[in-house]
Amino acid sequence: MRLTLLNVIVAVVLAIAFAALNAAYLVWAERRGAARIQRRPGPNINGPFGLLQPPLDGIKLMAKQLTIPGGADKIMFITAPVLAMFPAIMSFVTIPFSDTIVAKNMSVGVLMIFAFASMGSMSLLFAGWSSRNKYSMMSSVRAVSQAVAYEIPMLITTITVVMIAGSTDLMEIVHQQSRSILHWNIFPLLGNSHNLLMPFSFLIFFICTLAETNRAPFDLGEAESELVAGFHTEYGSMGFGLFFMGEYANIVIGSCMTTILFLGGWSCPFGLFPGVWWFILKLYLLIATFIWIRWTFPRTTIYGLLNLSWKILIPLSLFNLLFTAGLIKVF
Amino acid sequence: MVAYFTEIFTGLMSLFIGMGITFKEFFKPTVTVSYPYETLTMSARYRGHIELVENEEGNSQCVVCGLCEKACPSDCITLAGEKPEGGKKKVLTKYMLDFTKCSLCGSCVESCSFGAITFSKEYNLASTKKEDFYFDLLKRLEERNT
Repeated sequence: MRLTLLNVIVAVVLAIAFAALNAAYLVWAERRGAARIQRRPGPNINGPFGLLQPPLDGIKLMAKQLTIPGGADKIMFITAPVLAMFPAIMSFVTIPFSDTIVAKNMSVGVLMIFAFASMGSMSLLFAGWSSRNKYSMMSSVRAVSQAVAYEIPMLITTITVVMIAGSTDLMEIVHQQSRSILHWNIFPLLGNSHNLLMPFSFLIFFICTLAETNRAPFDLGEAESELVAGFHTEYGSMGFGLFFMGEYANIVIGSCMTTILFLGGWSCPFGLFPGVWWFILKLYLLIATFIWIRWTFPRTTIYGLLNLSWKILIPLSLFNLLFTAGLIKVF
Repeated sequence: MVAYFTEIFTGLMSLFIGMGITFKEFFKPTVTVSYPYETLTMSARYRGHIELVENEEGNSQCVVCGLCEKACPSDCITLAGEKPEGGKKKVLTKYMLDFTKCSLCGSCVESCSFGAITFSKEYNLASTKKEDFYFDLLKRLEERNT
């Protein structure tokens, strides 16, 4: 009993450390990447390649005063940033980084991660509602309608993968893909599914991950040109810092899920150097794509965003679901 | 139905083209100058505040004719000179520029027939005090020479 308690504590500490470190250095990577795309050097003054920028930013945020606006709902106002960070850290617990590196593997891992992911929009709603600020309110309404719209195609695509794997256990899903590179779920024909539409499911899932994490081009919740800073307008200090870290932790979770569901998790192509680094490599390639997409496309409109989900992604993913079901029945 | 799929396809393709462009830009060298550490050389026709031109001996070429003072539409220039004992020409003793009023029109530079004043390439001119913009150009000339 004592050993398991120790395991839990170690797992949680490692998850928090991983999430926080990722959040800090993804901000750095994002700023450097954005700068490269815009042909600037980016933060390069503090430390080599500007690597000391994130800790200094953190110190600056922590040194600031946490102000609560008059008329705000205090309890909700304080709860919201915690709620932004907490589900992301909880999700790390069940993500398998390799055969052995997993805090707690669960037979309902997929379900658990999506359950916690849906709590993320709660924190946006709390923040917007409690701030007593019309821009925050508007932003949280947008964020929730966006979350509702994009969780549907995302879950339908996930169901497709779960149907192919016949399991909601993340370990099991990866094991089924680990026979060869052609068995990864993203590849059609030779894979587990024989489904020609799998690359499109991957695209749908990836687009939904972008939207679910409120990333550009779907960052309508924090459209600076219209809503000041959106739901975190009234937050300063570490309240803002937690929202920021939550956002980046969610990106990591989203990329982890994409890697596990479609890119074969930690399984290596052609038996080259098997190990956890394949998971890390795939994970960070996906995150780099996130950053790349953010600095390529302008923000969509709220109508464009909802149209994309309801008129394109949901019908296509539903068709894909039926098609896969048919294939599983036939073969 | 066909239009629906064509729209999706062309839309998706345009996204990939956009990403291709940013991918290429990512590997190109940076075009910015990190200002306090690096500076650009100013172009030949850049107009900073005026400064005095020196002759071979390091003195001003000015003959104190006062044309620049008269040409200035904003009364920025105040100059004075005196004839040294035994000398033939007047020598400049004071040349004050009130840069708070100067609009860099260049009338003074144009009016000077001796090529004694020119535009400087100075642009680091931030200050919190008004007095910092009353320039003693003669002193600046001496400082340049030392």
